[in-house]
This record gives sequence, C-alpha cells and structure tokens, in this order.
Amino acid sequence: MAELPPFQTLIDEHATAVMAVLRGAVGREGAEDAFQETFLAALRAYPGLRDARNLRGWLVTIAHRKAIDHHRARGRAPVPVAAVREEPVFDPDPADDAVWTAVAGLPPKQRAAVTLRFASDLPHEEIATALGCSPAAARRSLHEGLKRLRKELA
Amino acid sequence: MTPTMETRGMKKSIEALRERAAAEGLLDVAYATVDSPFGTLLVARTPRGLVRIGLPNEDAQELLVDLAGRISPRVIETPGGLDEERRELEDYFAGRRHDFELPIDWQLSHGFLLRARQGIAAIPYGETRTYTDLARSAGNERAVRAAGSACSRNPIPLVVPCHRVLRSDGSLGGYAGGLEMKQELLSLERQA
Repeated sequence: MAELPPFQTLIDEHATAVMAVLRGAVGREGAEDAFQETFLAALRAYPGLRDARNLRGWLVTIAHRKAIDHHRARGRAPVPVAAVREEPVFDPDPADDAVWTAVAGLPPKQRAAVTLRFASDLPHEEIATALGCSPAAARRSLHEGLKRLRKELA
Repeated sequence: MTPTMETRGMKKSIEALRERAAAEGLLDVAYATVDSPFGTLLVARTPRGLVRIGLPNEDAQELLVDLAGRISPRVIETPGGLDEERRELEDYFAGRRHDFELPIDWQLSHGFLLRARQGIAAIPYGETRTYTDLARSAGNERAVRAAGSACSRNPIPLVVPCHRVLRSDGSLGGYAGGLEMKQELLSLERQA
C-alpha cells in the first residue's frame, strides 16, 4: 500500500492548478461545479489509490473526466476564456464542436488519452502516468481513439 | 482579477468542498487549530469523537501524516469545524470548565495503554495520582514504566489529563508539552 499524504496536502498543493485546468476546459461558471465533483471523486477514491507518485496527474485526469461529463450534460460548446493560462487548457474552436462531441462518446480510456494529448498537450509518457498505464498502452489508447474519431467524423 | 480575489474565490470553493465531503461522510479525520495560553493546539476528530490533540511543541505536518497512516488518508482541515472542541478547551483554560463532555475516539490506544488512559480520564479536576496508582488501576501494579508511556505518548493530552499524573515522591515526572506547561496546568486547576 502506498504511503498516502493527508488529503489536505492535495488541496493545498493542487487546488489552484485543478481550478485553472477546469476554467480552461469548461469556463468560469462551470468550473466551480466541476471542481467540487473532481475533488469529491478524488476523496472517495483516495484510500484505495495504489500509487502516490503523481497525485497532480491523477487529479488532472479526474478533472478532465469531469469536464467531459460537464460538456456531455450541457450538450454545448466549452466557453473560451479571455486570459491565457499557464495550465493546459481545453478551449477548442466552436467549429470543432462535432469533434469534441465525438470525443465525449469514446470509451473512457481512449477519451482521456485523446483529451490529455490534444487539449492538455501532454506527451505520451505523462499521459501514461496520468492514466496509470504504460507509455505503450497510452499510445495504443490514443491511436485507437483517433482511429475511431476519424471513422465517425468521415 | 487581483490575486486576493482569486484566493478568496478558492477559499469559497474549498469551503463548499468541505461541506459536501462532510455531508457525504467522507471526513474520516477533520482537524483545526485552537489557540491556547501555551500556543497553538492542533485538534483532530473522527466521526466517533476527539482522537488527537497536538501540543504547541509538536510538528503539525508530522502529526497529520501519522494520522493519515494510522486512521485514514482522508484528513481534511475544517477551520470552522470542531466548534465544540474549541469551546470546551477555551472554557477549560479560562478556569470555567472542570470536566470535558466531548465524545472520545480511543482508537489510537490499545490494551494496557488504553486501560491506563481511560484511568487518566477518570482523575478528577484539581486532583493528582501517581504513575504507580495508574499502573495499579490499569491492572498491573508493576507496569509503572508502561504507565509512564501511557502518559508521555498520550494522543489526547489536556482532555485525557495526563498532567495530573506525578511521581510517587511528588515530583512532576515528565510532560510531552514541557514541564513548565504541566506545572501551569496544575496551578490553574488549584486556583479554579
């Protein structure tokens, strides 16, 4: 079992970054809700977490899932933000609506891989860390996700 | 947006998160700091009751890491929470309260140490006992050294008043918060 730090440490160290990711992904208004959902999901799962090495990557991955849930629930385009953020953003051109709707329909692992790669601009190694799989598996999820998107959007 | 407003916004979000976590029963260990005449105390509780008080000379982060390992990693600061704990402690330091009514979670104590600490909790305000008395009441008169560690490693000092335990010759013995604090607590209780 991993030595997990007190959950408060995750809040202290990563809450601001998670909020920035979410503001980029779903806009300022939706971010508040998605923030709550992200940290509650993390808190529920936390005692069972096996690897405490990349807690920030873990939180950001959950945040991306919650952002996708948010878009799926609203069925509308993400709200672009005015300021450029230091954190990876998920701020697609409204013209790409169809693409992101299709992304939201992918199986979870492929969806996460595609979002982390293209919305957060993470390299394969970091996607692997965030997803808790090998870089090869991350590459495969990404590849399969893209293949499926190409087919659906063709 | 100014940094101050940004921080304030984050505080509200984190406060809302705490409330939802509490409502869902996810606050396995909630903690807050409480001011005292001796410095800042760290007070932690579980849904069952008060589980740990950190004295001013203890390292707060180390204490929290220890609780995360021994109880649950769901350890969250609740600055507005633990009001009852704060009120009773403040009343005690002001000499207005003699007996604590807080529910206690004894899960950090086992066996002889548990019995000894429950014995400590029963020592009335303003009175003292010896380490030997304590060992006897916990069921082993010869375990004086173990009775000493029931005190020195007491997870809930003040509320489990290990400062009321002295050596048989009347000298102070030890105290995790320092002998000066022990002395002052005893004189507080003599005055009130």
